[in-house]
Amino acid sequence: MRRFLSFRDFDWTLLGFVMILSIISILEIYSATMHTKFVGFQKMQMLWLLGGLVAMFVFSLIDYHILLDFIHWIYGFCVVSLVAVLAVGTKVLGARRWIKLPGGIHFQPSEWVKLILIVAVARYFVGLAGRELTWKDIFKAMAMVGVPMLLVLKQPDLGTALTYSPILLVGLFLGGIDWRKAGIIILVGLLAVGVVWKSGKVLKPYQKARLTSFMNPDDDPRGTGYQIRQSLIAVGDGGVFGRGATKGTQTQGDFLPIPYTDFIFAAFCEEHGFIGAMVVLLLYFLILMRLIQNAQTAADLPGTLIVMGVVAVLIFQIAVNIGMVIGLMPVTGIPLPLMSYGGSSVLFTFLALGMVMNVRMSRFVN
Amino acid sequence: MLNREEKLPGIKLTIIQYVIVGVLLILIFGLWRLQVVGAENYHALAEANRIRKVPILAPRGKLFDREGRLLVDNYPSVSCFLVREQGHDYMADLPMIARGLNMTVDQIDGILRKYRTAPKYQPLPLKQDITPDEQEFIEAHRDEFPELETVEEQRRLYPKDGFAAHVIGYVGEVSEDMLNNDPKYAYYEPGDVVGKSGVEQSYDALLRGQDGSQDVVVDSHGREVGKLGTEHAVPGKSLKLTIDIDIQRAAENALGDRNGAIVAMDPHTGEVLAMVSRPIFDPNAFAVRIGREEWSKLITDPEHPLLNKAIQAQLAPGSTFKIIMAAAGLEEGVAQDLKVHCPGGASFYGRYFKCWVHSGHGEVEISKGIYQSCDVFFYTLANKLGIEKIAKWAHAFGLGQKTGIDLPNEVAGTMPSEEWKMKNYHQKWYAGETISVGIGQGAVAATPVQMARALAGIASGGTLKRPHVIFPDELPEDYRKAMYDSFPGTGDKTVPMDPASWETITDAMAEVLNPGGTDPSAHLEGIDFAGKTGSAQTMSNALAARLGHSHSVKDNAWFVGFSPRRNPDIVVCILFEAGEHGKLAGRLAARVIEAYVNKQRRLENNLIAKAPAKVDVGAVWDNPSQPKIFGGKQVVDHKGDQAEMWGGHFYLAVPPATASAKVP
Repeated sequence: MRRFLSFRDFDWTLLGFVMILSIISILEIYSATMHTKFVGFQKMQMLWLLGGLVAMFVFSLIDYHILLDFIHWIYGFCVVSLVAVLAVGTKVLGARRWIKLPGGIHFQPSEWVKLILIVAVARYFVGLAGRELTWKDIFKAMAMVGVPMLLVLKQPDLGTALTYSPILLVGLFLGGIDWRKAGIIILVGLLAVGVVWKSGKVLKPYQKARLTSFMNPDDDPRGTGYQIRQSLIAVGDGGVFGRGATKGTQTQGDFLPIPYTDFIFAAFCEEHGFIGAMVVLLLYFLILMRLIQNAQTAADLPGTLIVMGVVAVLIFQIAVNIGMVIGLMPVTGIPLPLMSYGGSSVLFTFLALGMVMNVRMSRFVN
Repeated sequence: MLNREEKLPGIKLTIIQYVIVGVLLILIFGLWRLQVVGAENYHALAEANRIRKVPILAPRGKLFDREGRLLVDNYPSVSCFLVREQGHDYMADLPMIARGLNMTVDQIDGILRKYRTAPKYQPLPLKQDITPDEQEFIEAHRDEFPELETVEEQRRLYPKDGFAAHVIGYVGEVSEDMLNNDPKYAYYEPGDVVGKSGVEQSYDALLRGQDGSQDVVVDSHGREVGKLGTEHAVPGKSLKLTIDIDIQRAAENALGDRNGAIVAMDPHTGEVLAMVSRPIFDPNAFAVRIGREEWSKLITDPEHPLLNKAIQAQLAPGSTFKIIMAAAGLEEGVAQDLKVHCPGGASFYGRYFKCWVHSGHGEVEISKGIYQSCDVFFYTLANKLGIEKIAKWAHAFGLGQKTGIDLPNEVAGTMPSEEWKMKNYHQKWYAGETISVGIGQGAVAATPVQMARALAGIASGGTLKRPHVIFPDELPEDYRKAMYDSFPGTGDKTVPMDPASWETITDAMAEVLNPGGTDPSAHLEGIDFAGKTGSAQTMSNALAARLGHSHSVKDNAWFVGFSPRRNPDIVVCILFEAGEHGKLAGRLAARVIEAYVNKQRRLENNLIAKAPAKVDVGAVWDNPSQPKIFGGKQVVDHKGDQAEMWGGHFYLAVPPATASAKVP
């Protein structure tokens, strides 16, 4: 059955907020790279953005129910691709995260897995048909998210692996877990984290150091602590009004590490101050609220679950990235959606938005 | 297939909305804390990040001799640094670099290990004071070894062969020990160059000047991206020494390779004209960083080459002490009519004391006692005076106390007395001990500068001056005061003396150099030259016999001479270690006195050579046979005084001294 979709139902307001943030991002990437060997990265980012927009429009035309129907195959393919990364992936800075495709494009499957997991989790909980979750249901959901998570952790890419967890959490929450089971899971989860930490098998020492150094950055002023320290100085140096675009000394003097990707918010805060930061946070707030509204108005439960999965990933990445930049969270290497430079991240965000658009446009169908 | 009709309870989405609001509020709180509350603090940290103070080193003050001839200069020295830029594998170049810089790979590895904790942007000092050859190597391989960088800085250039080395001293990096334990160095930074001996040490505060600094804007790699304000360096003050190069050269040549010391002084003022100590060390070895082996060789050398024996050797003065005895005896009214028969020895308190002339001097009075240096006469005199009166007069002439010379680490020597013995040994003084004190043995110990000052003081009618190597009127008033406070000594003083005893002593001392005296071989024809020889045992005969050293341990030879005999213009004290007899030291003194007197006569008659002679006083590198022009000819111009540097050699154009230079 072919549905009628109209771009009149497209969420142009949401797209507007997204484009404002994307332009802010391009300007900040320009400012942060102008004195480095990465000068001109904003042009690349613009290309990614264009590609993202096209992908979003195309994706918004694909009925999400088709995705839901084929998600088993897609999920299977995604696990295979993650195994393939571990087997034949390109090693960059000690981590195998990329697969080199013909034509010289490096492809990072772990970003796309997010998208697949969102759909897969939605499909799974819808299949349970609203009955009370049993322990078996919960463990199945955990295994579904846990397998790709462990594969990504093996790359090793702690940050991306962590971004899978909010998908599971939101799924469980909306899927109808009862409070008692949720309490038990939280307790066992905390215990498990403690055991994993102590055992030292799952996490590498450098990952552990990164996770703890945000609490005492001065203990390790030349290692991870250095990045946190420089980031805090950059943010604080901005003050209320900021040093002005392209005038942040921390950003321009190369003191701030990777100021165009993971630490782009610190660079932005230094140059545009507390006021600028508030504007960006407001934009994120508006985008997230708009997304939740779309979830509320979705035609059916899977639509709602898909949109909320996107919300979960976005708020998690925003919280962890900005939290890292201002010293409330450890350094995990999670990019800031819609701000950080990077093709995989841009494409994920826009494909996710495409799915949301499709959910929205389908709301009056039926 | 799927239950597409089911909806979620709205409350769950509302909960998620609140969670999102909560998260954003936490982030806003974090941003508020950093950007509004902590802004000032973080702004300061950001500024500290990007601004680096680069010191501008003040050139150290030069040193000149009393006639304004350059003694110590600075020269531009080139050091080689290793810049560990990312992207170039310098480790692979090390063997080649080591060969080019005449180092071993092990040495470079050692440097890398030493600085392994240093940040990447900090260049590592590979080699200091590189030779023109090595500099050429670096220039020629700029493209292959971009990690090598040269930096020019000013270094000290001292006269070669240790000329006046002990007066001048040397500089070195301030040690951790000095920084931590000496309040004088409280304001010094690690890495600062400070004077570590001689004038370089005692006048360090004046010579060093004040380092300036430049605020440089850097990026996180330490690369300079801009400049801010500059605080200019204040160059160190150049100082004029009281040393006269001509007299110093005569003294250096006179002592030659013999161990010992020479002090030549103007008794009217206390100005030190020459000061030599042997064995010698090369202060240029310190200007460049000294190797550990070389350093340990210097400090473990049993002859102590770093010791300035003119002020730091405290030894029995032997018969030169008899002049002080004579002054004491005459002033106390005991010696005038004292007549002693010397049969070659005499018994006191049950012990037999030999005279150095075993056949005896026969009938001896004070004058003959001096010029024949009769021990028995002075044994008798000492016995009659008693230790208290001897000590009183010896103290009056500055023995047992520092003279207050403006050089570091002067020693006081020892002048025994009843009080001294009680204090140090908790024992009563035995009258028998006074006898050996009478001939400058026993516990008496004095430095050459003390003896020069004491005997010249007696020859000047009791006027003693504080010896010094820098003209006091060269110094700022408060600095001079602080200087004299930090080098306490007996200073300037006048000991009231009867002119008759003064005449008796100086006449007898002039007789020493006549055929009837102990040192006719040092006689200078046509020069009014007076002096006193001394031969001092380095250990008692009894001890030497017990140790079986009686033949191997030679006596130290002393000589204190001056010219003219009364109110002398110059006094020279010679300590010739293991020189056996004072007359040998006397000949050395005669050469210094002769040089001085000849120079004065030439000055008075304007007979100084017209053309300046070029004197090579400095050599930094060991291979002078291959003169390479080091960055072209370095011409140092100072008040018309021309110094040239060619291939690491440093030439002084010694101008003709003018008659006005000498203040009689």
